[in-house]
Amino acid sequence: MTSGVADPAEAVAVAPAADPGFLQRHGGTIEYILIPGAALAGALGVFGIFVALFGKNPLDLYFYMYYGAFGTWFSWQNTLTRAAPLILTALCTALPAQLGMVIIGGEGALLIGALAATGAALLVQTAPPLVVQLVMVCAGMAGGGLWIMLAGGLRQYRGVNETISSLLLVYIALAILNHLVEGPMRDPASLNKPSTREIGAVNMIGSIPGTEVHWGLVFGIVAAIAAYILIYHTVFGFAARVAGGNIRAAKIVGLSVGRLILTICFLAGASAGLAGMIEVAAVQGKTNANLAAGYGFTGILVAFLARQNPLAIIPVAILLGGISASGGLLQRRLGLPDASVLVLQGIIFVAVLASDALYGRIGFLRGKS
Amino acid sequence: MDFGRISRRHLLQGSAALTLGTALGARSAAAADTTIGFIYVGSRDDYGYNQAHAQGAAAVKKMPGVKVVEEEKVPETDAVEKTIESMINLDGASLIFPTSFGYYNPHMIKMAAKFPKLHFEHCGGLWSEKDPKNAGSYFGYIDEAQYISGIVAGYSTKSNKLGFVAAKPIPQVLRNINAFTLGAKLANPKATTQVIFTGDWSMPVKEAEATNSLIDQGVDVLTCHVDGPKTMVENAARRGAMVCGYHVNQSPLAPKAYLTGAEWNWEALYPKFVKMIAAGQEIPNFYRGGLKEEIVKVSPYGQAVSAEARKHADDIKAKLVAGDYVIFKGPIADNKGKTVISAGTERGQKDAELEKMDYLVDGVVGATS
Repeated sequence: MTSGVADPAEAVAVAPAADPGFLQRHGGTIEYILIPGAALAGALGVFGIFVALFGKNPLDLYFYMYYGAFGTWFSWQNTLTRAAPLILTALCTALPAQLGMVIIGGEGALLIGALAATGAALLVQTAPPLVVQLVMVCAGMAGGGLWIMLAGGLRQYRGVNETISSLLLVYIALAILNHLVEGPMRDPASLNKPSTREIGAVNMIGSIPGTEVHWGLVFGIVAAIAAYILIYHTVFGFAARVAGGNIRAAKIVGLSVGRLILTICFLAGASAGLAGMIEVAAVQGKTNANLAAGYGFTGILVAFLARQNPLAIIPVAILLGGISASGGLLQRRLGLPDASVLVLQGIIFVAVLASDALYGRIGFLRGKS
Repeated sequence: MDFGRISRRHLLQGSAALTLGTALGARSAAAADTTIGFIYVGSRDDYGYNQAHAQGAAAVKKMPGVKVVEEEKVPETDAVEKTIESMINLDGASLIFPTSFGYYNPHMIKMAAKFPKLHFEHCGGLWSEKDPKNAGSYFGYIDEAQYISGIVAGYSTKSNKLGFVAAKPIPQVLRNINAFTLGAKLANPKATTQVIFTGDWSMPVKEAEATNSLIDQGVDVLTCHVDGPKTMVENAARRGAMVCGYHVNQSPLAPKAYLTGAEWNWEALYPKFVKMIAAGQEIPNFYRGGLKEEIVKVSPYGQAVSAEARKHADDIKAKLVAGDYVIFKGPIADNKGKTVISAGTERGQKDAELEKMDYLVDGVVGATS
């Protein structure tokens, strides 16, 4: 995955510096905006043709997509609400990608984080709300972090493929959640929808003032920026990228690869665990099977579309949040089935991955090559 | 709820009219009619839970002066809150049917409190005094129809072994299993019902496995309580077993194997609700009923149902419609030998004790945990 790691700043630094023309100084940065942009436009074009084949007007399609995702203040809030958990779950894939690991089990970390946060909140429920919330953050991050660290540890010490193990851990997490929610942690009053007890309205974290978007968006943006700084502007991040580039070389220069893997996996899982905590503290107020809504899986898509760059995750998550927000309007106004949104996501995914081959090959952006 | 909509429309016309005139033309038609929104948790052609509601929506669509908007596959997260708001803000909906059980708390309650002048009708029978007055929750006593299915199954089985593919051991499901079994035993005292719980509402692979495993054990009539009975019906018919349907009429999937089935009758209830609101009548917040109230119905008998079975089933059905028949009438023992309803006790349709059901009656092979 290291070839997919994109850092505009670094790309600029390695661009040839002989002729200081504008394109040569900024060609790399332009490339990182132009190519995904073109891939996105191409995907929308293909989707338009697809929709036209079903007898719908593609112009209507584009209008409703814009209208439902960004056309009104309500649409913006809808989009941002949907983007919030995706930023955090995308970090669960993007951080380990710096080490060359493909972790796709963010959903599991989200569920365990939610369970841990709920359990912790119920233990200290009578404490002041701020204390309860802090305890929930810590418990959620620790739960999710340890969960993905398990996949990292299996890879480092037992040679188990982390992609498979993290995916299988999702099903184990779901089974644990169902077991606890239907058994030991069940609120006896939740007859037909087994759930834990509620954490209490005073302990909910609420919305960003002036909006209806919950605080998860801010948590996500802060986490994404922190991850960016960690990876590209600290010694630790540099070590991680060295290990991701060539694990043997990293060992030869004396890097503790095992510790790197465990730490990065912990941070990755902690992000997804935080997403789970926020789902409980900002949306559901309790834990039940509703939490397995697939945010962890959409996060994988976001991370790959952002080419594993923590900063790029933010706009990509907003884009996918917008697609999902406008999906409802497409169903209602154009009579398209829900699956059409999945088709669009799939086309975008393929287009962006295919466009990877174009980096460094567009002559006019690189001067003479 | 018109605040802001005019200004947004003007804003949009300003920005979009140049390129997207056609779309605006299509969009402005909504205002005159009453707009009603239906929200489904799965796909609306699932031959099951969601299709039953979509059939109700289709019946409303035929009414004059009514515009119906629908959205499928909406998860039980804040996504449903946004879908409700989107239907209100962008489509002008004034009556919303969020049809999945998990939409109610906290999502629909939050929206009902936010839009106190609009109507919300939820399927699940969950309303309590502390909830907003403009929120309603209805449900049907579909165990009455399952009881009729059980009678037909009891006559139709040759091995005296019936099978039940169930999602979760929650009261609503247990009540169906028990009613089906009591019906079967009324017709055929030697009949037993083997139950398999799949663990969740939509598990097609496990449902197919359960169906095959039941048939391998000699079961020759099957029914189910999962969101989409299609898997069970098709697999059972392929193996030569007979089936009783659930949610909607599945006879098109297996015309020869289909005996009868327990169906929702939302196509009778929803137009009734719309008429009541139009006439200014109040819909009771907690609205429930069975065969008598036409909230549930029994599928027409298939060709394999004997004349004797039809007569017995019709006879009991007539008594249930008249309201003078009690299914859960003591003495009833659970399948561990413990008396759960003592002799002389009648637990009628609306008895709250039945809502807490946590046992399987004598004659059911299986366990709740």
